[in-house]
Amino acid sequence: MTPAVVTFWILAVLAVGSAVGLVLRRNPIHGALFLVVHLATLGAFFLQMRAEFLAAAQVIVYAGAIAVLFVFAIMVLIPGKEETGPDPLRAQRWLAVPVGGLLLVVLAVMLRSGLFRGAPAPGTVPGGVAAIGRQLFTDYLYPFEVTSVLLLAALVGVIALTKRRTA
Amino acid sequence: MVPTCWYVGLSAGLFVIGALGVLVRRNPLVIFMSIEIMLNAANLAFVAFGQQHGSMDGQALVFFVLCVAAAEVAVGLAIIVAIFRLRRRLSVDELSLMRG
Repeated sequence: MTPAVVTFWILAVLAVGSAVGLVLRRNPIHGALFLVVHLATLGAFFLQMRAEFLAAAQVIVYAGAIAVLFVFAIMVLIPGKEETGPDPLRAQRWLAVPVGGLLLVVLAVMLRSGLFRGAPAPGTVPGGVAAIGRQLFTDYLYPFEVTSVLLLAALVGVIALTKRRTA
Repeated sequence: MVPTCWYVGLSAGLFVIGALGVLVRRNPLVIFMSIEIMLNAANLAFVAFGQQHGSMDGQALVFFVLCVAAAEVAVGLAIIVAIFRLRRRLSVDELSLMRG
């Protein structure tokens, strides 16, 4: 048991536990807090895989901005009393469990097929800002610029959607 | 060093948990959070594979997934808020207006 393996298991238990907590808790605020824990854990995984830039971006964008957005939306909507009435689609909900199990089996068979064996490459990838910046501004320049258009479109769309009609 | 298939296995498990959340829950906000779990599971697999092959491409893809997720959450929450203003209730099963 090397330290890396121990860290992996601690983080894995945290990630799976917080994800299960999000799915099971009725109160969406608890779900949002579980989501923060989950996203931070994923950031720690990135750090363990030497992807330092992604770890920082994960914490800032996901655990910071997106989680705040969720909490803000929950506060605006106050849906604390939701999911208490009778469930109109109860049979379909129970069907979800075997369907999820089937998905897990399919993924497990795919993993068992031996496609994904093998240790990490000996020379680990540099995950710093310089390396990923060079990548983004050379090989991925076009998608990078398209991303800016996407974010602008999302910005305009959100403002148009949430604006109160004045006429 | 942690083998790549452990990361990919964990990623598959997290993806299934997220998919179950989308299928089981009725609150659109919780469904959105479950989608975030699925996206993050994919990100974990991206970085693990990139590490295995010694390339930066996985990390660059995760960067784009991050941007798309941010845009998706913003637009999705705006749509949910707009629906809530119209209906004063929040349950995905009642949103069957476009059903034929």
